[in-house]
This record gives sequence, C-alpha cells and structure tokens, in this order.
Amino acid sequence: MTYFADVAALARKDLLLELRSRDTLPAMLLFVISALVVFHFSLPSEASATASTGLLWIAILFTALLGLGRAFAAEREQRVLDGLVLAPCDRSAIWLAKAIGVLAFLGIAELVALPAYALFFEPVGWELVAAIVLADLGLAAVGTLLAAMAAASRARELLLPLLFLPLVIPVVVGGVGASVVDDPARYLGFLALYDLIFAILSWASFEYVVAE
Amino acid sequence: MIHARGLGRRFGSKRVLRDLDLEVSPGELLLVTGPNGSGKSTFLALLAGLLVPTEGSLAVDLPRGRIGYLAHEPLVYRELSALENLDLYGRLYHVRERRETIGALLERFGLWDARHQRVSSFSRGMQQRLALCRTLLHDPDLLLLDEPHSGLDVDAATLVDNLLSEVAGEKTLVLASHEPERLRRLASQDLALA
Amino acid sequence: MSLRNNRAVLLAAAASVLLVAGLALALLWAPQDADQGFSQRIFYVHVPIALTAYACFAWGAWKALRLLWTREPRYDLESYTAVHMGVIFGILTLVTGSIWAKISWGVWWTWSERQLTLFLVLFLFYCAYFMLRFSVESGPRRANLSAVYALFGVVLIPVSFLAIRLAERFIHPVVFTRDGPQMSGSMFLVFCICLAAMLALFASLYTNELAGKRLDARLRELREALE
Repeated sequence: MTYFADVAALARKDLLLELRSRDTLPAMLLFVISALVVFHFSLPSEASATASTGLLWIAILFTALLGLGRAFAAEREQRVLDGLVLAPCDRSAIWLAKAIGVLAFLGIAELVALPAYALFFEPVGWELVAAIVLADLGLAAVGTLLAAMAAASRARELLLPLLFLPLVIPVVVGGVGASVVDDPARYLGFLALYDLIFAILSWASFEYVVAE
Repeated sequence: MIHARGLGRRFGSKRVLRDLDLEVSPGELLLVTGPNGSGKSTFLALLAGLLVPTEGSLAVDLPRGRIGYLAHEPLVYRELSALENLDLYGRLYHVRERRETIGALLERFGLWDARHQRVSSFSRGMQQRLALCRTLLHDPDLLLLDEPHSGLDVDAATLVDNLLSEVAGEKTLVLASHEPERLRRLASQDLALA
Repeated sequence: MSLRNNRAVLLAAAASVLLVAGLALALLWAPQDADQGFSQRIFYVHVPIALTAYACFAWGAWKALRLLWTREPRYDLESYTAVHMGVIFGILTLVTGSIWAKISWGVWWTWSERQLTLFLVLFLFYCAYFMLRFSVESGPRRANLSAVYALFGVVLIPVSFLAIRLAERFIHPVVFTRDGPQMSGSMFLVFCICLAAMLALFASLYTNELAGKRLDARLRELREALE
C-alpha cells in the first residue's frame, strides 16, 4: 500500500507544479487545435472522410510528444531526479506517477480536441473514443519511459521523437483501424494488448533508466 | 559500514577515481579533501548509490532509505515551496510525525518564515539550508555531505559546525570539503584525493 | 586467446564455404520456380538474411537482458555488436527485398510486402538506438539505457508484425501476393544451407568485431596507463 501512497505523493506534486507554472497543458491545448486547423488546409476537398481520421491520430501523437518533452523538465533542473531516485520508494513509482500525469494532460487536451474535431471535420463515434482511451494508456506508458531516457542523454528534445515514433506505430495502426473499419473489436483488442505488454515492460525497466 | 576495494570510476575515457581502498566503521567521520575535480563529489555519489563503480568494489551496509545525501545542487523543485518540497520527501521517506519533524528542521535552519516561498526565490544560502533540512529529514544513520558550508553565511556555517559536533560519534559521516581546517578536529579518518 | 582466434578462423572458414556452396546451389542446382522463374532465386538470399537479422536482434536483446541481470559491463559491448550486425543485415534485407520487388512487380517499394515494411520500422527503431548511444557518455548509464531499448526492440518485432498485418485491411488492399513458397525438398535443402551460411557469417562477423572492439578498449587502457 505504501507503493500507492508514494505514487499519489509524486503525482500530486506533478499536478501542483503544473498548476504553479502552467507550462505544459495550455501549450498542448493550443497545439492540438492549431494542428487541426493546419490539417483543414492540408486536406483537399475531395479527400475522403477517413483521411481526416488519420490526421486526428497524427495530431494526438504529436500532442503527446509535446507533453512528453516537458515531462521531466522540472526534474532535470538541479538534478531533482537524483533526489527522488535516492528515496527508499520503488523507482517504478516515479514512472507510474509521471505516466499518470502525462495521461491526465493528454486526456484533457483530447477533451478539447475531440469536440473541435467533430466541429471542424466529422462526428466522433464511440469506437474512436474507446480507441483514444486505450491508445493514451500506451502512449503515456511508453512515452514516459522514453522521456526519462531522452532526459538522460545530451540530445534530449532531439532524441525523444526518434525513440518514440517507431515504437508507437502499432498504436496508430490500432487507433486508425478501430475508427475506420466496421468491426473495431480486433483493433481495440490489439491496443489493449499493446498497452499491457509495454506497460509491464516500461514498469519493470524504468529503474535501469534512472539509476546506474 | 563502508568497504571499498580497488574502487575506481571513469566517465567515458576520463578516469576520476582510481584504486581506492577504504574501511569506515559506524560512528566514524571521514573527511574527504582534494582540489576541484579530484573526485570528491564522484566518491560521495558512489557512496550514495547514484553511481556505480567501474572498477573494484564498494559496499555500504545500509538500505538507501537510511542514507542522507547532500549534493552540490539542493535536489529540490524550484517551483515548489520549501514546505512542499520537504513534505514530498517526508512522504517518500515515510517519515513518522512528518509535520513536526519538518517544522522543527525549518525552525532550526531559520527557514520557518520563508516556508511558503518558492525555492526559486531563495538565495544560495537559503537553498543550501533547505538542502540540509532535506538531508536530515529522515534522521539517516549515514550522512554524505558534499561541501556542507558552501554558500552559507557565518551564522549558518556555525550552525552546521554545531550540528556536526552534535552528531559526530553517533552517526557515520563522510564530509567532502576543500577547506578542511574547520572540520579536521572532528575527523577520525582523512582521505586526500589528488 | 589462441583458442578464441582458432574459433574465429574456423567460423570464418565455415561461413565462406557455406556461402559459396549455398549461392552455387541456389543459382545452379535448385529447381526453377514455376511462377517466378529465375528471379525467384533471390529468395535464397533475401529470406536467410532477414532471418539472420532477427537472430541478431534477439541475440542483442538476450545480451541486454544478461547485462541488466548481472551488471557485467562486457555484455554491453556484446549486445551493441549484435545490434550493429542486425542493422547491417537489416539494410541488406531492405536492399534485396527492394530488388525482388522491382523484378517481380516492377516497383522498388511496396507497402504490401510485410517483411519489407517491418524492416523499415525496425531500421528506424535501431537507428534511434545508435542516436541514443552516441548522445550518452559511455559507462554504466549508457549500458543500461541501451539494454532497455534493445529489449523494447525485440518485443516490438512481433507487435509490429501483428500491427502490419492488421493495417493491411484498411491501408492498402493487398494487390501483390507472394504466398509462402511451396518448397520442394531440394528447394528446402538449399534454403537451409543458405540460412546456415548467413548465420555463420553473422557469427564470424560478430566474433571478429567483438575481438576488435575489445582490443581497442584494451589499447586505450594501456595508453592511459602509460600517460
């Protein structure tokens, strides 16, 4: 139980930091709306309706990337991450708390993005919403681990998209599939499988990323 | 409590520590001296468990929750207040009677009135004092202090000296300093790095 | 040391003999494919190379797991070398696959060829592995990061393969089909020899590269000691 108390303390701190500085979330919101507007101009009028679904997924992916790039910004200053790593709590609690924060920000950005998408392009069906919820879990899980990796390197911002994009191609396949085919169950199942596999892997390997 | 055999550490191709043999028993005070870049901070980070040796072996007979580590950086969030930072660490270290302990430490280090201010508005000396609070919060058995006097004014430095005399003999201490004279009388072992 | 040298020489010899034999058999002896004719023979090069690339990545991930498990620094170099070889075999897979696509369908690239698409994804993934290594100072931290990423890679392979199959339903209707070759006994024999040749080539390159890198590290240590 102390594990979840640790996670709660860490997640609460991230929320507090965001409320203080208001860096990440407004940027994500503005970015996702701007991206949708840009997509409107990049779609010729004869483009099919499914094309806009694909673009929505691109917007989600890059919004997540924007949030992830900032995920460890506060820890990078003054090596705070070292302070957390030395605490006697399980290191994976740091990952879980951070992933919850990323998930929350991404979810809030999508709460704004989806109505905007419905307004600008297409109505949003339940399959799309279900797919986005499942995809968010995977993006937050994998993304948080990779963000910690990128934060430990010299290249940082440059490295994160390179590490992130090849790994989340399956998420895009599952997400787009679930929103365009008639029987989305297989694709939703695939997303759930991805979440499960990569959440376990990230949870187990985070310790090695933040400590020697 | 600390056993090092042929301990060495390199960063890339740069070798910072080499061939260090050392035994520190409980209650001792080890004074680590040497010029800048001689590996004092690396040695303390190795003891804290932040770094692992690249050569030789190092054993510290304590779980990491019983170690207090004071680094160059205060290891606190700049955009949180002093109280919020200590509260977070208090929770992570599962400190009993967290509020009372934190209150007493803030009082002792003269930060009580500034407890709701963000760390980003703190002076260097205040940050160092907050870092000392963070280090002592969970009443560790082994204290690793990297330049504990740095950035402190005369009063605060005296405070640290008193604190060190108080805990010397009771806790195990490893102190890194480039002005070791004020600490030498307490030291039971000297480690000069070059 | 001499034992290790002997093994390296043996491996290199085995790889050369098997490669020559495999290629000769594939070009001269294997029966002509009924549908695709002579060009189908690139199959004996392309598929073994692809399978060897998977073997490299799996070997690299195994060494990565050993590193995280035992904390022995030597596994870092072994894992890195295996992944390095995997990328080389991966590029060869892309090239030979592209040539095959050009011969049989007249295009250099087709998204409907699963293996080719998968290797493109893996190529991008493992290029990022190199970027990661180059932007972290060598040492225990880099070893950990690389190992974790290599493990992600070996999990990503089946997941991506599944994803590519699932994507076929809505991305591209499959225009070209290349059913798993109905191999006759002699075709299968040639295929196995070619696969053994590629695996021996990997083993030989891996041993050599590793020996070279170890020598390099040793030399650097000696030079440092002299200073």
